Amino acid sequence: MSLTRKDVEAIAHLARLAITEEEASLYADSLSRILHLVEQLNAADVSTTEPMAHPLAGLVQRLRADEVTATDQHEKFQLNAGKVSSGLYLVPKVIE
Amino acid sequence: MNMQSDAMSWETVIGLEIHAQLATRTKIFSGSSTAFGAAPNTQANLVDLGYPGVLPVLNQNAVKMAVKFGLAVGAKVAQRSVFARKNYFYPDLPKGYQISQYELPIVEHGKMDIVLEDGSTKTIRITRAHLEEDAGKSLHEDFQGYTGIDLNRAGTPLIEIVSEPDMRSAKEAVAYMKKIHTLVRYLEICDGNMQEGSFRCDANVSVRKAGAEKFGTRCEIKNLNSFRFIEKAINYEVARQIELIEGGGTVQQQTRLFDPDKGETRALRSKEEANDYRYFPDPDLLPVVLDDAFISDIRATLPELPDEKAHRLVREFDLSPYDAGVLTASRELAEYYDKTVSIVVGGDRKSNAKAVANTVTNILTFSLNKENLDITESKVTPEQLAGLQSRINDSTISGKLAKEVFEVMWAEGGSADAIIESKGLKQITDTGAIEKVIDDIIAANPKQLADYRSGKDKLFAFFVGQVMKQTAGKANPAQVNELLKSKLAG
Amino acid sequence: MAELHAQTLTELAAGLRAGKFSSVELTRHFLERISKYDAELNAFITVTSELALAQAADADARIAAGTASALTGLPLAHKDIFCTDGVLTTCGSKMLSNFVSPYDATVVTRLKQAGMVMLGKTNMDEFAMGSSNETSFYGAVKNPWNLAKVPGGSSGGSAAAVAARIAPAATGTDTGGSIRQPAALTSLTGIKPTYGRVSRYGMIAFASSLDQGGVMCLSAEDAALLLQSMSGFDVQDSTSVDTPVPDYSATLNQSLKGLKIGLVKEFFEQGLSNENAKPVREALAVYEQLGARLVEVSLPNLPLSVPTYYVVAPAECSSNLSRFDGVRFGYRCDNPRDLQDLYTRSRGEGFGSEVKRRIMTGTYVLSAGYYDAYYLRAQKIRRLITEEFANAFKQVDVLMGPTSPTTAFDIGAKVDDPVTMYLNDIYTIGANLAGLPAMSIPCGFLDGLPVGLQIIGGHFAEAKLLNVAHGYQQVTDWHKRMPERYA
Repeated sequence: MSLTRKDVEAIAHLARLAITEEEASLYADSLSRILHLVEQLNAADVSTTEPMAHPLAGLVQRLRADEVTATDQHEKFQLNAGKVSSGLYLVPKVIE
Repeated sequence: MNMQSDAMSWETVIGLEIHAQLATRTKIFSGSSTAFGAAPNTQANLVDLGYPGVLPVLNQNAVKMAVKFGLAVGAKVAQRSVFARKNYFYPDLPKGYQISQYELPIVEHGKMDIVLEDGSTKTIRITRAHLEEDAGKSLHEDFQGYTGIDLNRAGTPLIEIVSEPDMRSAKEAVAYMKKIHTLVRYLEICDGNMQEGSFRCDANVSVRKAGAEKFGTRCEIKNLNSFRFIEKAINYEVARQIELIEGGGTVQQQTRLFDPDKGETRALRSKEEANDYRYFPDPDLLPVVLDDAFISDIRATLPELPDEKAHRLVREFDLSPYDAGVLTASRELAEYYDKTVSIVVGGDRKSNAKAVANTVTNILTFSLNKENLDITESKVTPEQLAGLQSRINDSTISGKLAKEVFEVMWAEGGSADAIIESKGLKQITDTGAIEKVIDDIIAANPKQLADYRSGKDKLFAFFVGQVMKQTAGKANPAQVNELLKSKLAG
Repeated sequence: MAELHAQTLTELAAGLRAGKFSSVELTRHFLERISKYDAELNAFITVTSELALAQAADADARIAAGTASALTGLPLAHKDIFCTDGVLTTCGSKMLSNFVSPYDATVVTRLKQAGMVMLGKTNMDEFAMGSSNETSFYGAVKNPWNLAKVPGGSSGGSAAAVAARIAPAATGTDTGGSIRQPAALTSLTGIKPTYGRVSRYGMIAFASSLDQGGVMCLSAEDAALLLQSMSGFDVQDSTSVDTPVPDYSATLNQSLKGLKIGLVKEFFEQGLSNENAKPVREALAVYEQLGARLVEVSLPNLPLSVPTYYVVAPAECSSNLSRFDGVRFGYRCDNPRDLQDLYTRSRGEGFGSEVKRRIMTGTYVLSAGYYDAYYLRAQKIRRLITEEFANAFKQVDVLMGPTSPTTAFDIGAKVDDPVTMYLNDIYTIGANLAGLPAMSIPCGFLDGLPVGLQIIGGHFAEAKLLNVAHGYQQVTDWHKRMPERYA
């Protein structure tokens, strides 16, 4: 599988990454090589194999008691934010 | 070419995705409070904010509530369900993905009956109901040209209840939505507050030529949060699609928003591009595995469900299906009714059940509607209403005067006893007093007496009316009948 | 007494308890070495001198009061992937170059509670994506054995710091070999525990189903000591396992007589020249002398671990890194025109090229039409590989082989070719896919550069691994070698 510059631009958009045309060409090349490596997977017979999402089979999700444990620390948390006002995180105007 | 629309030739097809916020104390994956109305971002902890390094841990009550719902709609509760990530970028979605269930939801294959306008019943199939986290809120009022993001709601547990495209009109969609609304409140898994967004839906709407097998292209109307809006939005959308097709156009699959001010739907600008959500199992969460004991414990906590209850009221107390439907349409109304019946003194259970049902579905409902009040805001309490019925049962007042007592109760408050006393509405049961009234009336109406005695039986009602008029309706009707009969007979 | 920095953590712990030196003295010694050597090594992104000295003073008070644990007063460095409350936590990225974590990772909390002293945060490949520590926004780290060489990655800063003895031990994380490979390339003992053994809470995620925290230090004995405190169930991590942590130090000295060592046929076949395999073969001979038996085992699908990994890991990373959007934390581009511009430029400018490459790879393999062919298929092969490991452990106690196909390579040698770079992880990735505990221990040198022996165990066999490593370290001294420059 080879990717074109256009393919890469579509992927970059989906991933919300600004890349230049030049970068897109470079990525088209390296992503194609990675996909070529990945094509080795086609060699294996997986017709009867279930996919595995977790390395430890048989473990199940633990359920947490429904009790409030968090306290309001928004001022501390918002020290890391680029732009806040009146407790709100600000982003460029969203038009729905 | 005849462009005239023939509305009858089109069929509407509707499927709903209902989002019900679960009434847990904390969020689905964090220990933050879910209380409504807090100052912005004060109920968003590191997990809700999607901080680097944090991890989700599942709230057991969210799971229990979803199971409860599944059992209540006769669905299959999955012994193994899996959380997946739905990836997309939006400012109210802090992690850049929503944790939801995709291939293996917790609830599948349920159903819900609705009653159509002609009184017949229709079954709406519920494809699935899955657990997921709610997003935050974007506040579009102007903040120095920016949109403000409040993540208090982010991570609030939701069940998304997905129906099959089984509804054929806006009215059916509303009826279904109302039934689900009633159910989740009966189950106490959702407060049902539509204004606060606790209960809302997306409607998938398409039209097709009557008789066609294939569905038309659908549009999804997002975020409808009132029954009225659902009806209006669907009707608008149906008309729009028909007009579009009849005008030679085609319906584009898209996401639309309903504008309640204009009564129109419009295509969403920001989300219009084709989404590729790249679902995959969330590696931070393990499969949710529920054993039989877990599920049967929850089954044991199910209350009597509205449809079951309505059937029982018809069966045990001979209520009309209509009255039974009205009384079970909300958990609060049903509780009001049950409580009232349970504390009435005198009479047998069946007659009390019927009498109270009458009062509630007629007089009380009329008063509530007139003032646009909810049953929880009723000015007459179950205790007051039961007191009134008790006085009818022990013949303190006549049924006819009950309405008058109720109206005073509604307007001024007070117990039935106090109102009867102060307004002098107590029934006259003193035979002597009634006899005196009858004697006076007979004396004053010799012609009617003669006619009656010569065979005009219908005049009996005239005499009853006269007695009631004289006694301001307070005379005991049974006694009046009996005494009149003997006196008129001469 | 040997110089403080020449001692293992275990020896330093004994010295502290015996009152030969204080924690403040010890901490000051390492801080001085950091200021002397780190300019050339670039092992640290942040040095927390004041905090370290304050923690050391507290530790001394605890020791005096008799409330000290085995680790109290011992310094260590944390890989900058672990969130540290009030301290810059960059993950080696421009994206987090302004990020002061408001909380501690569970690993950090546990070691803090044990009384350890944090010297600082170590350099790493950006978001742990790399095998040479060259993808860091903070620049390449140098290998203390040869400053022209890479230290390996992604825990390259931790490796260089400990190898140069400017920290006695350091935490690391291992998603595809990021503890073991740099440990091998710098002559350290490094262990990646079983997936779920050490909490991932507060460890900035690269690939959630593969990431596991661990340690890099000078001996198996030190690793046992550290792992003891780091491990264990954490309610904040759903994937953390609720089974008791055995006493790792107690079983270190068990006899290796009768130990069955599996030699993975595919390990020795792939990409390893005979000469490179020599130290590994010599190490195996040592084990035979200790009474172990060598058994060849075959894991036919293991050669597919690299392609499998390069689907699974990027897929998870593409999603994990979506949270870096310039809104709540991290780098935010200047003057965004609109929302899309805020997203794409913050991310485009904040992430380095390898991170972007992996995000795009992951985005692609999860996207509509490709999910089944790539992601789902890789998840199935992951199961095949895991089952093959499980079968192998029915026959043998541990698996052994090389950690890395080559010794440390020149800085800059592989940066232009991601696929060649990815193949560095060929021996280490299998353990991550299967969630197995694995370690690397020094087993010799080639042309003056260290070689590592990899030991892989069954799930939760950390105690066995440490025992096996310790047995070897009792009869060899490779792990005691120190780069002359930093002696």
